[in-house]
Amino acid sequence: MKSMNRIITIAFHTFKEAVRDKVLYNLIIFALLMIGCAILFSSISVGIEEIIVIDLGLSSISVFGLIMAIFIGIGLVSKEIERRTIFHILSKPVRRFEFIIGKYLGLVFTLFINTAIMTVGFYIALFYQTRRLGAGDLVPLATIYFILLQLAIVVSLAIFFSCISTPIMTAVFTFCVFVIGHLLSEMRWLGEATHSAMVKKVTAVLYYLLPNLSDFDFITRTAHGEKISGALILSDSLYALLYVTVLISASILIFEEREFR
Amino acid sequence: MSYSTLSMAPGFTARRICWSLLILGFVFLFAVQRQIDDEMGVYAKISDVLYIPAGTNLRRLSLGNEGLLADIYWTRVVQYFGRSHMENAGGRFDLLAPLLRITTDLDPQLIIAYRFGGVFLMEPPPIGAGQPEAALQLIRRGIVANPDYWRLWEDLGFVYYWDLKDYKTAAKIFKVGSERPGADFWMKSLAGTVAAKGGDIQTSRLLWSEIYRHADTDAIRRTAEVHLTLLDALEQMKKLDSLLALYRSKEGHQAQSFYDLYASGFLRGLPRDPTGVPYVIGPNGQAQLGQGSNLKILLAQ
Amino acid sequence: MLAIETTNLTKDYPVGFWRKRPKRVLEGLSIQVEKGEVFGLLGPNGAGKSTTLKILLHLVFPTSGTARILGKELHDVSAHERIGFLPENPYFYDYLTAEEFLNYAGALFSLPAAERRRRTVRLLEQVGLTGSRNLQLRKFSKGMVQRLGIAQALINDPELVFLDEPMSGLDPLGRREVRDLILGLKEQGKTVFFSTHILSDAETLCDRVAILNLGRLQGCGELKEMLAMGIASTEIVMESPRQELLGELKIYGGDAVRTGDRVRVAIPKESDVPAVLGRILQAGARIISVNPVKMSLEDYFLAQVAKDSRESGRQENRVQ
Repeated sequence: MKSMNRIITIAFHTFKEAVRDKVLYNLIIFALLMIGCAILFSSISVGIEEIIVIDLGLSSISVFGLIMAIFIGIGLVSKEIERRTIFHILSKPVRRFEFIIGKYLGLVFTLFINTAIMTVGFYIALFYQTRRLGAGDLVPLATIYFILLQLAIVVSLAIFFSCISTPIMTAVFTFCVFVIGHLLSEMRWLGEATHSAMVKKVTAVLYYLLPNLSDFDFITRTAHGEKISGALILSDSLYALLYVTVLISASILIFEEREFR
Repeated sequence: MSYSTLSMAPGFTARRICWSLLILGFVFLFAVQRQIDDEMGVYAKISDVLYIPAGTNLRRLSLGNEGLLADIYWTRVVQYFGRSHMENAGGRFDLLAPLLRITTDLDPQLIIAYRFGGVFLMEPPPIGAGQPEAALQLIRRGIVANPDYWRLWEDLGFVYYWDLKDYKTAAKIFKVGSERPGADFWMKSLAGTVAAKGGDIQTSRLLWSEIYRHADTDAIRRTAEVHLTLLDALEQMKKLDSLLALYRSKEGHQAQSFYDLYASGFLRGLPRDPTGVPYVIGPNGQAQLGQGSNLKILLAQ
Repeated sequence: MLAIETTNLTKDYPVGFWRKRPKRVLEGLSIQVEKGEVFGLLGPNGAGKSTTLKILLHLVFPTSGTARILGKELHDVSAHERIGFLPENPYFYDYLTAEEFLNYAGALFSLPAAERRRRTVRLLEQVGLTGSRNLQLRKFSKGMVQRLGIAQALINDPELVFLDEPMSGLDPLGRREVRDLILGLKEQGKTVFFSTHILSDAETLCDRVAILNLGRLQGCGELKEMLAMGIASTEIVMESPRQELLGELKIYGGDAVRTGDRVRVAIPKESDVPAVLGRILQAGARIISVNPVKMSLEDYFLAQVAKDSRESGRQENRVQ
């Protein structure tokens, strides 16, 4: 029980520290501006106004969410190690796994709140454009949920890399895996197309080993009014949950053995 | 020696829990990924590539990675083409032209895309999209971007020759192509032959075998092979027709089947097409492909 | 039960970029700290003081040897319930206020909210930060951070307090306050284990000290005994003495150093001082100050340990 308390304490203060960072404010303001710009862009195109608002709005949420995830994910874990604030935490009766889990939950909560703010901005823009919001306009919510799942995975990546490397390298690694994660299906296909059994095997292994983030990309489809099936929402949620569990477990195992000089 | 704070609490081997979660997590991830692959298949069919309609925009958005992006799109072309072939036998390839257009916008030097498009946009279903105009447009764009690559002229002329049967234009294009640096010598004679004779089996055979020899992809090579086989069949049928005419003049009546020709010694066996299906005699009294011959679909064009 | 007990504590850090070689930073440290003691860990920079503290707090792990804190093994973090720690040159969160930070620290000990508030107010008062309680920590000066660091180390009312260089970054007033604070902890019966390279701090505070150099224990016990302390020399500063007087003073072994109008002489033997002062007064020179000069820790190391460094330096060379 005390363990749970400490995790929540760490999560809460992580959130508190994060939301006071000016960088975060600026990012949110910028994201809201981008969403606002969607209205401008859509006014100079004919016939696809709503599509542009949805496309650009959701893309802004996704891109800025990613920047925030990498930024604060690293700022709040890797820096804690580099600036040795970790000494203060670990000299308290805090187990190391509590630190990792607490940090993770705090970061995800921060991203959740930020995404919620951007979502409100998005719906205001959408309402301004269409002058009505019906049941059909709930579809983007599922897409935003998928963006959040993606961010949850990215944050766990950032924490994992924080445990094994420096802040800058963590940023680089996290971003690389993010990009590769989006190209995995292409890579898999290229692998299948080759005649080398070796390449086939390697791409297949990578396909299952790395986070397959393109499975969470539904922005353009949403813009064209496609619905996401309930089954896919379920299995993508499960996938994100499993992937985060794996990464956090690995992070804990590494963190347990880590020395803080 | 372990320093872990995890190993502390008695009976609570959190380290073991972490390892279990790690391994089990990956096992389940594997299963869930396969599930997702199935579900995503539904979405993949309605290809998302079209949501950015102009490749030039995409080129800007790619921030300097358009080559890579073009490669990705090219794989999508092939993927789309292959999948459509497998999934719907009576397939249409509505997305083929726009996909190729995006690909070549991203990378105008991607010759393979023009050549592939030339053949498969031109070819009627079920082999291709049956959009010769789109094929012409694509190849013309290819020629603008790659003026020195003479084979695109060959491809362009071929569309006029084969699909549109516009032999005059085809001959002109072959002539221009033959003047490009490095063009093979036969291009020149080809121009003359096509101008003089229009379409004949010899010319067609030459063109298809050129395509066959220089095919960049298996799909093109296979298609050319099928066409060459069909040309063989056409030649055989021509010969059979002359045999039928000979029979008629010698015996004074139409042959009812090729068995008549065999019985009378005109043939040493029953004639079969290159795919092994026996020829039959059609209602007009001429040789025809037999029931069930794969070549029949092609001939219907 | 001992507050701290270490047995043959040894730590190697891997050094080098490509081929990591172990570098020994602590070798076979065995010390025992009684409850209620103020114990100083002395040594020059790089002696292994911080490493020792980090091992005891389970931030780094010993290569060999064992240690117990309040009777518990190092990896048993539950011992941390009853200890406080001030890291060297602490750095805390930029965007929390002093009050919030102490609240956070208290929450990690699962203290109830009311208790956290009470202790926060008291500790901020104690370290003189009450006026800055609502200031975000990024606006804190180094000295303020140090004070806050001490406050957070005491939030759980610990039995045992680890302080890594508690005086660093503090002005003279701050040093005095921290000194009083440590003495106050001692009065409450707490054990204080701190590291310093400043002898005078150790001298005024410690019941016992351990002296480390290059990772090795040089001695452990009462500081005075160990250093065979005493006055190294007596420094007398006078104004406008005549040249003959300075000549006379030479027989006491004092070298004169002239700075403007003033002359400083160092008299090595304490027993000669009254006679020297008498002579100066007789000669009519004005005495500005008389200061007993104590041996500094640096002197001690220069004198006692330098040979040891040389030896181990040679050893290291041999290993390489």
